[in-house]
Amino acid sequence: MRSAQPVGIAGYGAYVPRLRVRTSDISNAWRPRGAIAPAVAEKSVPGPDEDVVTMSIEAARTALDRAGTELERIGAVWVGTESKPYAVKPSATIVAEALGITPHVVAADMEFACKAGSEAMQAAVAFVGSGMVEAALAIGMDTAQSKPGDALEYTAGCGGAAYLFAAAEDALAVVEASVSHVTDTPDFFRREGAAYPEHGGRFTGEPSYFRHTRAASRRLLEDVGAGPEDFAHAVFHQPVPKFVEKVASELGFTPAQIDTGLVARRMGNAYAGSSLLGLAAVLDVARPGDRIFFCSYGSGAGSDAFAFRVTGRIEARRAGAAVADYLDRRQVVDGYGRYLQLRGKVRRG
Amino acid sequence: MRDAFIVGVGQTPVGEHWDRGLRELGAEAVRAALDDAGFETAGALYVGNMLGGCVNGQENVATLVADAAGLLPVEALKIEAACASGGAAVRAAALAVAAGACDVAVAAGVEKMTDGAPDGIIAGLATAADQDYEASHGMSFVALSALLMRRYMHETGAPREAFAPFAVVAHANAATNGNAMFREPISAEQFGRSALVASPIGIFDAAPVCDGAAAVVVCSQEALRAHHKPVRIAAASVATDTIALAARSDVLTLSAAAVSAQKAYAAAGRGPKDMDLFEAHDAFTIITALSLEACGFAKRGEALRLAAEGCIAPGGCIPISTFGGLKARGHPVGASGAYQIVEAALQLRGEGGENQVKGARRALAQSVGGHGSVAVTHILEA
Amino acid sequence: MDLARYHRLRSAYYRLEGQRCTSCQAVQFPARTTCRICRARTLEPHRLSGRGTVYSHAEVGPAPRGFASPYLVALVQLEEGLLLTAQLTDVDPEDVMIGLPVEMVTRRIQEHGAQGYLVYGYKFRPILPRRKAS
Repeated sequence: MRSAQPVGIAGYGAYVPRLRVRTSDISNAWRPRGAIAPAVAEKSVPGPDEDVVTMSIEAARTALDRAGTELERIGAVWVGTESKPYAVKPSATIVAEALGITPHVVAADMEFACKAGSEAMQAAVAFVGSGMVEAALAIGMDTAQSKPGDALEYTAGCGGAAYLFAAAEDALAVVEASVSHVTDTPDFFRREGAAYPEHGGRFTGEPSYFRHTRAASRRLLEDVGAGPEDFAHAVFHQPVPKFVEKVASELGFTPAQIDTGLVARRMGNAYAGSSLLGLAAVLDVARPGDRIFFCSYGSGAGSDAFAFRVTGRIEARRAGAAVADYLDRRQVVDGYGRYLQLRGKVRRG
Repeated sequence: MRDAFIVGVGQTPVGEHWDRGLRELGAEAVRAALDDAGFETAGALYVGNMLGGCVNGQENVATLVADAAGLLPVEALKIEAACASGGAAVRAAALAVAAGACDVAVAAGVEKMTDGAPDGIIAGLATAADQDYEASHGMSFVALSALLMRRYMHETGAPREAFAPFAVVAHANAATNGNAMFREPISAEQFGRSALVASPIGIFDAAPVCDGAAAVVVCSQEALRAHHKPVRIAAASVATDTIALAARSDVLTLSAAAVSAQKAYAAAGRGPKDMDLFEAHDAFTIITALSLEACGFAKRGEALRLAAEGCIAPGGCIPISTFGGLKARGHPVGASGAYQIVEAALQLRGEGGENQVKGARRALAQSVGGHGSVAVTHILEA
Repeated sequence: MDLARYHRLRSAYYRLEGQRCTSCQAVQFPARTTCRICRARTLEPHRLSGRGTVYSHAEVGPAPRGFASPYLVALVQLEEGLLLTAQLTDVDPEDVMIGLPVEMVTRRIQEHGAQGYLVYGYKFRPILPRRKAS
């Protein structure tokens, strides 16, 4: 897909909370001694006063500061997440108010499991590319949910990123093209009122993550007439690092191409924030002229793939906190009990 | 304006009154004060109370007390100025008599805190702070005092232990007061070892949650009787400051306390050196220190030296909290200002018993509400 | 739930919006009807820098209803010179001291039960260490 007018990223910002839990603490509570080691050593945990709204506000403030765009030119804001603080009431209006961009702005929350953030990116490209608005903010952010003791509890992390899309002539990275690929695949879901999501175990793998990620990626490569070797970096949705390593290898990307964006190794899977955070980590180091390959995945199921080309403006648009700054700012919480308390899995009586 | 005199005092013991509520406590103190004055009734009743609405679910507290004390259809009004409510009620009674509205007025203070759940009491006390910019951010009353104490320690270089004399003196004085809540003396070592409530504030820095009521009868010269030992209200003044601590030009100056003291000194034609005792608002040791400075007994940052030198103890240059103060007699918040006036009047009548300040002729009593956002100062003369 | 009250406060709570006096240039927070310095009424909305230092601090033990202790509170002195009262976040009690540089973040400041309204507002945290812009 291509927009009528060329569009790009004018500013970006990331957020990862300060707290971490060691997955060995989770394993000690639920698994026998000698069980297989969890896929990541630690994952990010929100502080007691953090949620998708607060995290989105911080990432978006960085994005707007970097872009330097006048606030009145921002015409849309979408928050893609599967951990909205309110089941009914938009997170996006709170974010918009905190940024000072109300009231003449399109605002809503997007839901498509882990693809909600890239769904917001597709919408932003379309709104800007059609000329409806001058700039649009797309956010992917999650405080990822998981049942106590479930396999997901070892990886479900927190974080995400915000992207301000604007005309290509003001962009630090231009969108070359995008693809969306969806089917009805019930690999993971949460019913209204349920505290935690359900998932299909191994069904989330080959028929779900891999099939959709591969299909969207191949379609995009065809669309832009490029091969894996033409990209400096490739970013994928990151349920566990080995999923990314496997799908990248199948598509022909090298370990060096996925290294920078594979932030899940240090903080787990930030669900709707995962691939957007990986893209932010890549932009933190990308050079003018670099091409970046991006493909999200969301259960239910589908993938959005984007090809970006980095411009000369990137150097001047990296002030403020980098993804690495957030990953380096870490405080490990005191055991599984404190983690349960912070995630609201146990509450004060 | 004509002179007003205190001719009757009454008080309940301070403590946990599981068998009595607002009406019983208030009526007992009011009746005791009227009995002491030898009057059957009064022209007006002013009741200081802070938490009736939010903790007891009872507003219209003055009518409640007037009814229970058998004073109907007396004019009865609740006076609210946070922790200074009791002092403000005395000021209202003095005004009514001085203005000639009535010849005899009763001022009472009553508080029933122990019926509330602990988090409800903490939230109730925080209603005296700025709801939008302090309480809504989780500020408790103890926390606001802790912010003041930490800054004071930073600016003066004083350690926590330097605040010990305020608590030690208060507990020693309370030991011989039959109405006090805490009658066990404490040592400076115990103060130093005490558990922290909100660092740097420890349990011995803070006044307790409790119940109690106190009342005084105020009358005109014309209403004085031969058996009275009248105590003249030489000054009663109120001043205010920003409700939010952060908005003050100097958070370590209780300017409402200072302004109300200056107004009182001017009205009485006296100064700090003329005072024989000071009933201070020692809800927290830091507030005692700041009150001593606001009232001119010490320069800014020097109250701890005054305390270390023994000035605040019985026989010192300015004895404070002579019956134990808010710290050890107890701090039933809206009643404390009335207790201060009762105790100061007993001193000036020479009825202080073991707590008597020898030759006491003039007393300063100051009630501070909302962390210094409102202050009521009285000067009483024998 | 005080919905209307917090709605009224959103500019101040979410983005630290106070006022600037166009007569004497003084900045104040929160908004008032007159300038705190010159008492003029020529005031316009002004967003504060959100950067400052800890002026005093305390750890709250027993908390008022609606708050879960322990947590840290502070008087923060902003770059503009004025003080405000707020919670500190993302910091351990032993690392807080008077003079610590802090920056504003927007966080949850109250939760009215698991089913109730969420109040968002300013808190302060130690300034995030940032790499130099490349």
